[in-house]
Amino acid sequence: MNAHMSDRLASDDAPLLVAEGLGKNYGTRIGCRDVSLEVFPGEVLAVVGESGSGKSTLLGLLSTELAASAGRVSYRMRDGELRDLAGLGPAERRLLMRTDWGFVRQNPADGLRMAVSAGGNVGERLMAVGWRHYGKIREEATDWLGRVEIAADRIDDDPRAFSGGMRQRLQIARNLVTKPRLVFMDEPTGGLDVSVQARLLDLIRSLVSEMGLAVVIVTHDLAVARLLSHRMVVMRHGRVIETGLTDQVLDDPREPYTQLLVSSVLAA
Amino acid sequence: MSAMPEISYNFAYLDEQTKRMIRRAILKAIAIPGYQVPFAAREMPMPYGWGTGGVQVTAAVLGPDDVLKVIDQGADDTTNAVAIRGFFEKTAGVATTTATTEASIIQTRHRIPETALTENQILVYQVPIPEPLRFLEPRETETRQLHALAEYGLMHVKLYEDIARHGHIATTYAYPVEVAGRYVMDPSPIPKFDNPKMDDCPALQLFGAGREKRIYAIPPYTSVRSLDFEDHPFKVQRFAKPCALCAATGVYLDEVILDDRGGRMFVCSDTDFCNDRQEQGHRGEMAAPAGEAA
Repeated sequence: MNAHMSDRLASDDAPLLVAEGLGKNYGTRIGCRDVSLEVFPGEVLAVVGESGSGKSTLLGLLSTELAASAGRVSYRMRDGELRDLAGLGPAERRLLMRTDWGFVRQNPADGLRMAVSAGGNVGERLMAVGWRHYGKIREEATDWLGRVEIAADRIDDDPRAFSGGMRQRLQIARNLVTKPRLVFMDEPTGGLDVSVQARLLDLIRSLVSEMGLAVVIVTHDLAVARLLSHRMVVMRHGRVIETGLTDQVLDDPREPYTQLLVSSVLAA
Repeated sequence: MSAMPEISYNFAYLDEQTKRMIRRAILKAIAIPGYQVPFAAREMPMPYGWGTGGVQVTAAVLGPDDVLKVIDQGADDTTNAVAIRGFFEKTAGVATTTATTEASIIQTRHRIPETALTENQILVYQVPIPEPLRFLEPRETETRQLHALAEYGLMHVKLYEDIARHGHIATTYAYPVEVAGRYVMDPSPIPKFDNPKMDDCPALQLFGAGREKRIYAIPPYTSVRSLDFEDHPFKVQRFAKPCALCAATGVYLDEVILDDRGGRMFVCSDTDFCNDRQEQGHRGEMAAPAGEAA
């Protein structure tokens, strides 16, 4: 663990993911334009903004699920080399996505196989990278269900029998089982009630720090951003209008729009 | 009646251009073992699900000197087998047989004959659903991508689910195989009992799916490995009793219900194999005594 930590610290000064001048047009409409950002190892970056501000488009571009109209995204591979993701072949890109990356979606039904048991869902990535020992796959799946607080006796139930919060936790386990270095999250707490949200955020926060994950999280909920992220970018009309340390942006917003956003949060 | 001209077909029903097209697909399929080659399947004078794909493949490889055998679930005398045998007798005039050893082309539905095949034989399978990943990944665009990149983790998810639910791999037919170390293939709904016979088989194996318009192949002497887990290795079905008619063991048996009081017998599903053994004097517990056989 210590060797692992020092390893990570040593590479902390080099960014993991770099976006330069990223843009996406949907016909004549603009999804997002001229976005440049860097994500460092072990860092949580929140992308906030109102609906339609281009957050999800940006996440799609960063994770190569969408093809960029302009600009490029580079990623530092495990060998330390920064490579342009558009230059990767489909095989390499898919391998990257199912080993070194994770993607937690807002609707768990999009990120899970709903007709496959919880154990199968967690084990899928392991089998995809060549695990062929049932006992070991099951052991690893049980371990991961425990880490996301799902009882071990639910391992053979399929996600349709799970509550919304459990499904979301299962989705997280499924993504983290291959020990990725970068995880994209699209409104992971959306649609959950507040107490479940709080538990989920707590879980994400501890897993992120424990595993030293880098996370790009899209959210419209500033409280989520405050709790999880180190840095944040504020988007409006497809552009990044403000970036900075989370506390700094939320406590002392510079842009009028950010001030409006921060002041719109209801205090309980 | 004499004024009516007799309807005549081209040899083996299909026109020569169609046969050329199918042969090209077959050659490509042989060149890339286990890969599903699309082809322009024709309407055949039989419904989908009755072997339109197999019939087209047979028609394309059939010559006037060939001897054809057709089996359905191992039997030569069931509806599907009789209909297709009759079809080729009428449209190609080829000799037909029920003896596995005498046939040069064997069209089959759901079984591989018990008698070992030879280099001089072609086995043609009727395939309902050629895509092994179909029920795991419904998008055809995605399954093609998975085949192209040899991403077959999903196939093991299915086997994992089997073990999780039943304690063992409960898939008993259409058991997925890896051909020549590359493509994962659906061997058509043969019992997994027959899977080991596909491995290193001297005969050419061709698969035709008419509705889905796909042809694939296993060339002679190609490795065919059934997928499994290290701690749950592939196993074939075992039968507690020998065949009730010919006393054969180590063959695939069909259950036959005899009455409504739980009476049943297990007999060879390969009728030709069973008849041969009975002629050689083997007698199972429910067979008629020698000399009285029907």
